[in-house]
Amino acid sequence: MKPTTESARRRFFRISLGAVAASLLAGCEKLSQTEWFPKLLGAGETLNQKVHGVLGARRAMAQEFSPADLSPDFRSNGTSAPDNPQYEAMVANGFADYQLKVEGLVEKPAAFTLAQLRELASRTQITRHDCVEGWSAIGKWKGAKLAALLDAVRPKSDARFVVFHCADPMEANGTSPYYESIDMDDAYHAQTILAYELNDKTLPVKNGAPIRLRVERQLGYKHAKYIMRIELVSSFDKIAGGRGGYWEDNGYEWYAGI
Amino acid sequence: MAVSEVRTLAPTGVLYYRHTLPVRIMHWINVIALTVLLMSGLNIFNAHPTLNWGKSSYDGSPPVLQIGAIAGPEGVPVGITRVFGHQFVTTGLLGASKDRRGELVPRAFPWWLTIPDNQWLAMARRWHLFFAWVFVLNGLCYVAYSAVSRHLARDLAPTASDLRSIGQSIVDHLRFKHPSGEAAKRYNVLQKLAYLAVIFVLLPLVILMGMAMSPWLDSLWPGWIDLFGGRQSARTIHFAIAWLLVAFFLVHVFEVIVSGFWNHLRSMITGRFRIVTEDSHEAHH
Repeated sequence: MKPTTESARRRFFRISLGAVAASLLAGCEKLSQTEWFPKLLGAGETLNQKVHGVLGARRAMAQEFSPADLSPDFRSNGTSAPDNPQYEAMVANGFADYQLKVEGLVEKPAAFTLAQLRELASRTQITRHDCVEGWSAIGKWKGAKLAALLDAVRPKSDARFVVFHCADPMEANGTSPYYESIDMDDAYHAQTILAYELNDKTLPVKNGAPIRLRVERQLGYKHAKYIMRIELVSSFDKIAGGRGGYWEDNGYEWYAGI
Repeated sequence: MAVSEVRTLAPTGVLYYRHTLPVRIMHWINVIALTVLLMSGLNIFNAHPTLNWGKSSYDGSPPVLQIGAIAGPEGVPVGITRVFGHQFVTTGLLGASKDRRGELVPRAFPWWLTIPDNQWLAMARRWHLFFAWVFVLNGLCYVAYSAVSRHLARDLAPTASDLRSIGQSIVDHLRFKHPSGEAAKRYNVLQKLAYLAVIFVLLPLVILMGMAMSPWLDSLWPGWIDLFGGRQSARTIHFAIAWLLVAFFLVHVFEVIVSGFWNHLRSMITGRFRIVTEDSHEAHH
């Protein structure tokens, strides 16, 4: 009876192969909708973050470029004109009344005018901006070192994250202001700056005026624009969706080094 | 069923133990991982369906490849693919394709080639970056196993006589002539070279180019990705290798089909490959 069993086995395999291929697509779709599977996939993110942490120094510097590499026009990403009346009023008077509030787990909460931010130790760098979508643009940024700002407000010992609250609402009805967060290692990194200039000119509105974060070595969505308030926290669980950023609340990784 | 039919249906020969269990397991893990990586990769590509050469996407030079859609008559999208400045209408497959409900919509790669099937960058990245680990760890296990078990030296490394017979092997492949008997136990020279090129050139390169897209890994040795032309070049190479691997897969499956589909499939599941020896041929014909 060998041939019968043989062909039955082959038929079984043929049907199985087809079924596996067909159910793979449908299965992937269903899996993406479940609660548990994306969490399992998230293990990849955790692993990336851990391995990156082990592999190299937290102080490793992002590549810097020459003026010849500058993108002719540094495209806008995310919001290019915040739909927020208070912000629009600030634009109208040239950010003369702008004040960056720094609060939370700090010894000396403070508010900085643009003039005061420009007095802090600054850094100028030509770096590449990598969007999570896949494109890159190269720009020259000048801004206050976040480390200098933190030194002025003196973080408390339980401060673990720096949260950036922004002026751009992400919902059409004007709610869900953009926000982002980084850890203290990134906050004190030499290339982490609050940029107020792009390509030797005052930072334009489409690129995040009056200040935006540059946290080189991470993807574009970490580089919060239109920063209004900085808050130091021990945990971001209670902020908005609890994942540490607007896009993180929408499924993107908090660690955006890859 | 008559006994004589049994004989003709089941060719005699010897079942030769061709693939060890670890190789079989790692082969199928690789199939799953690479399939998910390709399809989730195409979903990620769809988020910015343009490839550039250089350090950035915006250095004034035109894209190498661009897939998009323009509005046709009555607002129906027309898929346009531009390759090195040449423009093609690719409606139905690239740029504009039918969604699940059969409606033509603008979209670089169609839903049935992507994971997840809708345009969902965050979820596609989760799939991609998780299966990247599955793929890399599986690959490392394979290389370690192949070195230690001498699979690499014994089965994959071409011998001097292999290299001398490249010309003959090319002719044999073109005539779909496949080795039988003792010779069928070994990989032929083109097969060896193809496997070695995939294992030691294409796969490491596709991983490296994936890493080159990570801004954090770029900072380990600032400027290393310029050896490949920069981050956007790396993205372009990553994409090109993915399709070279698809081409390898098509040739691989084609060769499997023409040289005994069930025999090969069995050998990659149970390990046993049927060899029809000269003796068994003569005994029954």
